[in-house]
Amino acid sequence: MEHFAVWVAAFLTLGIVSFLYKDNPWYKLSEAIFVGISAGYWFVVLFWDNIYGKFWNGIFPEELIDSAGNVVTREPDYWLLVGAVLGTLMLLRLIPKIGWISRWPLAFIIGCTSGLYLINYFSSNMMRQVEATIMPLVGHWVLDPATSQNAFSAFSGADIFSNLVLVIGTFTGLVYFYFSKEHRGAFGGTAKVGIFFIMITFGASFGYTVMSRMSLLIGRADFLLFDWLGLVR
Amino acid sequence: MRSRSSISPGWTLLLVTTLLVCIVAAPTFGQMPDDGVITFEDTVQVMVAAPTSLIATDHKYDDGEKIDLQWVPSIDDLPGIGTVVGYRIYRQDDGGVAEVIANLPAKANHYRDENTELGHTYIYSVAALTDGAEFMSNLTESISPEREWIDFSKRYLFLIALLVGGAVIYFIEIARRGKKLFVRKIAGLEAVDDAVGRATEMGRPILFIPGIQDMDDVQTLAGLTILGRISKTIADYDTEIFMPVSRSLVMTAGREIIKSSYQTAGRPEKYSDNMVTYITDEQFGYVAAVDGIMVREKPATVFLLGAFFAESLILAETGNYIGAIQIAGTARPAQLPFFIAACDFTLIGEELFAASAYLSEDPKALGSLKGQDVGKAVAMVIIVVGVLAATMGQAWDISSMNSLVDILKTIFSTS
Repeated sequence: MEHFAVWVAAFLTLGIVSFLYKDNPWYKLSEAIFVGISAGYWFVVLFWDNIYGKFWNGIFPEELIDSAGNVVTREPDYWLLVGAVLGTLMLLRLIPKIGWISRWPLAFIIGCTSGLYLINYFSSNMMRQVEATIMPLVGHWVLDPATSQNAFSAFSGADIFSNLVLVIGTFTGLVYFYFSKEHRGAFGGTAKVGIFFIMITFGASFGYTVMSRMSLLIGRADFLLFDWLGLVR
Repeated sequence: MRSRSSISPGWTLLLVTTLLVCIVAAPTFGQMPDDGVITFEDTVQVMVAAPTSLIATDHKYDDGEKIDLQWVPSIDDLPGIGTVVGYRIYRQDDGGVAEVIANLPAKANHYRDENTELGHTYIYSVAALTDGAEFMSNLTESISPEREWIDFSKRYLFLIALLVGGAVIYFIEIARRGKKLFVRKIAGLEAVDDAVGRATEMGRPILFIPGIQDMDDVQTLAGLTILGRISKTIADYDTEIFMPVSRSLVMTAGREIIKSSYQTAGRPEKYSDNMVTYITDEQFGYVAAVDGIMVREKPATVFLLGAFFAESLILAETGNYIGAIQIAGTARPAQLPFFIAACDFTLIGEELFAASAYLSEDPKALGSLKGQDVGKAVAMVIIVVGVLAATMGQAWDISSMNSLVDILKTIFSTS
């Protein structure tokens, strides 16, 4: 049975890879199997995790037995009913006459999400970034253990360069994303420096991500050559 | 003449002293302090000083679930000697049996108990551990965690959010009064109408891909906001749109948006639920299906606006392969390079969020964008002032500059 599963997996893997040549019936078959099975799989996962695991077990909690053999009872969490009601309202779109009610839970989700992320983004993208950018560029005062007194310690050339990259990159990046002023003159020049920083960052990110994708390719090649064909040991 | 069996006063003194030490040290010398039995093996352990000055305080600005402990480590917890190998925290809950709640490495001098409950009373103790023995500190006073309703540690975050929020409201009011608010051109968005027009001229559909995240991702929300504007143009031009999605809630929202656009355009009969179709939640299953749709339907224009992960390049490269004009946008730095490489126009991060305001010219959206610009301007000024002050303050030891830096760091600190 395990051998059969390996053959099926290899057949489907090659079917998906055949898309590199062109769209073909083998790819269409693999695609349909992939989409159908994954949609069914996620339905089952979401049902058992959310509807049964969280909602049903939350409203009708089962008694647990701890390590000492005692029966532990849990209180029902009736807040889950709010989610259940909102979820049920979503299904009302199946009834055209009252389908408009399904907009309420949608509005609730969008409103809550916006409110929640506003503070998170504001805190991480602005506050922390500004705090981390306020730094001395050339050196700082540190405690000299020999004399037990504070003394000025100049940063190394590499540290000064690193600090400059951080400060200039952050400032010019902010200038680039400032939408209330046309990118002309000195402001435009500063924004151009900002986009240079952004593109260099993207270049580094591109290379890093491509390498991680290579590991995925190696994983599939390893499966085909080792698990399926047994050519590589 | 002294008898050979008699004991000299010196030895007697030593014996008595040893006995006294054993008696006094016994409570803190036992291997298992809670069993109360002192064995011979216990008494051969190396004796070390217990931690001192243990205090327990309620953690500030929490929901009553944390208590902070602080102590002075054992004086025998010294580098290189290694007699103290760690610390063990004991907790007594509402007068019950003391239980171990944490083991910490040597040198530790604080611990945060994050598993307390409102209304319970706790007593703590810390033991210094050697190889096989524990040396208990004093017990703390009884302490109960307290709940604070307002987290004052975030007061500066609140004030700055209030400043930006106030700016947003101000600019919304200005826009409502009819004043024209300037927003610079964003290249990718200028191309939206051209891209829709191209699809209309070619008689081919438009493919809108909103990413693979749900409605709880702000990038998905931004993508759907842009969909609102795009679908209005599509409805006006009577072009075909297709939107495959990987989340059921996004499907619902997408259908609502496109339906509303067709109604606004006066063509409600042209709308069909089939324009927005759920594929699967599975990332690569979704990608396989969308790639298939691209090569079979050959859309003239592809919009990739939302949260994308490893599928970004697969989708963008397939769109490039079929010759579609592609406009992409995401706030995920790791995926932006792929879009820049494979798409005609890319909305980078903040541009995606600004896009809705730019496209709609709605006073609320424009006011919001201008208000955010006020926040960015404040950040730029603070960075310049802060870096100059920090550099000058440290280089020439100017105390006023260093104080200014401290104040700025305190204001922008979120920890």
